[in-house]
Amino acid sequence: MESGIFFSDYAKDMTLRRTPAQKIRLALAIVFAVAVPWFASNYQLTLLNQIGIAAIGAIGLNILVGFTGQISLGQGAFMAVGAYTSGLLAKNMGIPFWVAVPIASFVTAGVGAFFGIPSLRLKGLYLAIATLAAQQIIQWVITHWDFVTGGVDALVIPAPTLFGMRVNGEFRFYWIILFCLVLTIIFTVNIFRSKVGRAFIAIRDQDIAAEVMGVNLFQYKLLAFATSSFFVGMAGALTAHYRTIISWERFTIETSILYLAMIIIGGLGSVSGSVYGAAFMVLLPALLNNFGRAMHGTIPAFDQIIPFLQQGMFGIVIILFLILEPEGLVKIWRNIKDYFRLWPFSY
Amino acid sequence: MDQFLQLTLSGLTNGAVLALAALGFVLIYKASDVINFAQGEFLLVGAYVMFAVVGELGWHWSIGIVVTVIVAVALGMVLERFVLRPMIGEPIISLIMVTIGLSSLLKAVVSAIWGTDERAFPSFIPSDPINVFGATVTTDKLWAIAIAGAFLVAFNLFFRRSSDGIAMRAVADDQQAALSMGISVKRIFAMAWSISAATAAVGGIIVANILGVSGNISGVGLQVFPVVILGGLDSIPGAVLGGVIIGLLQAYTGGYVGHGLNSIIPFIVLVLILMVKPYGLFGQEIIERV
Repeated sequence: MESGIFFSDYAKDMTLRRTPAQKIRLALAIVFAVAVPWFASNYQLTLLNQIGIAAIGAIGLNILVGFTGQISLGQGAFMAVGAYTSGLLAKNMGIPFWVAVPIASFVTAGVGAFFGIPSLRLKGLYLAIATLAAQQIIQWVITHWDFVTGGVDALVIPAPTLFGMRVNGEFRFYWIILFCLVLTIIFTVNIFRSKVGRAFIAIRDQDIAAEVMGVNLFQYKLLAFATSSFFVGMAGALTAHYRTIISWERFTIETSILYLAMIIIGGLGSVSGSVYGAAFMVLLPALLNNFGRAMHGTIPAFDQIIPFLQQGMFGIVIILFLILEPEGLVKIWRNIKDYFRLWPFSY
Repeated sequence: MDQFLQLTLSGLTNGAVLALAALGFVLIYKASDVINFAQGEFLLVGAYVMFAVVGELGWHWSIGIVVTVIVAVALGMVLERFVLRPMIGEPIISLIMVTIGLSSLLKAVVSAIWGTDERAFPSFIPSDPINVFGATVTTDKLWAIAIAGAFLVAFNLFFRRSSDGIAMRAVADDQQAALSMGISVKRIFAMAWSISAATAAVGGIIVANILGVSGNISGVGLQVFPVVILGGLDSIPGAVLGGVIIGLLQAYTGGYVGHGLNSIIPFIVLVLILMVKPYGLFGQEIIERV
């Protein structure tokens, strides 16, 4: 019967996986990620791939919003920068996608840092509106810079190849997304054990106090925007190569809101929360869709209201989470664990 | 010169609608420190309720306006009581997200009931073309400017003369001090939300009268942000001035420059202003202490 987790030295305190239960869960997650594509149907793989890409984007956004406390409504536009950069590099210059995706990520990091400059003087709501401006401006550039981006027309990108093998279909792309997601998670989890990550968290908690303690606000806020945008751009670039056809409509303000909803529902300032939130927000409309199709026989015209049902549920879920459990799925999961760890003597 | 006048008048019309939406926004922010991303959806609800009463039931437009305002007031109260009140004291990102959730929900309900097709609005404001200083305008636009102006005057009187208005300003200033003076902060919050929803609903009716009823009406909600930031979030004259400036700016860029630049010019101006004055032109500067 344990009464808590106690560490006897600093090395143990710093380890990422501290208890045997955590190690077992990590192992199970790895086994699941490796084994599941061999059993899953094509539809399930589609969902998994969407979750993977969304999770990369959500982790990126969470670095900025959850860990550094800078609100951004420009997520959709930054994803568009990544998607269009990578897509145009592959299409017009024939650059292989495994080079184009990192280039696109770095380009997005630069763009993100540029639009992060106002964050030095703006806070909270005013910053949110400034990033909304970034969203609108980037969107306008994409739809009006016709001779480069193709304007409002869709951009068709050749299917990616890797080691001479075409990466098409859900199964092959799954491994690429998994690779990127694992890299993102490892990087993000570790950055918050470093000086940079601690500076981010200090800025979130109270930026003036952080500055007094010697954190260079300008440098670290821009770094937060760049780091965040790097992964957001990666998610965008992966979307481009995964879909092989993209248009600006995929990256509107609604995308920004969707990703904010993911990290709110998953848990602000939590890497695993971003993944849970991404899974939740991808699965929710899919489940509603299946439910609608199942109900089609019993209630006629039910499938016509599905889009409204999805939109309405989206709103309801956000509101309910914020009112009932503002810390998100991560907190719910922690409550469940705590309940069973001390069960049946939870006091 | 004709074109200039034409653009000025259409800019003023847009500005009047924007100012109405912004007024409701500022009202909510002043009273309860909540940034309402669902303001555009309040316009949408107003337009569709009016459409249902006048266009579908065939009642007289005066009844339509009364019903719309009653529905909007009720909606504002319900939302305040069940969604916003549990959120008091939460961080700013949560407040933003909860109103975004509301906007999604309201939009879904409206489109589930009335569909997404654009409908003709039963125009009750005459839209005959008349000549003003050599430019041709339709009278409905002049009415829009007049109605918005009347609202602004009424708001000003409300905040200066009525005890409720003064109480609302007191709450905005210092909630604890207001409480100790015997002002019910809950009542003030409910009032702010219902007045704001009603103002927005009237704005929605005006927009629908000019453009027809469709889901696009809620797009006004996004344009409100440059307006309120320009004027300062907590300034009512600022909201009006911001609305007019943004409306004119959009009309001139649309008329003289084109390329769809009029949709983003407010945001470019916004960023430039924020770089110089981080709290808007008339916004109250917040002094932070560690």
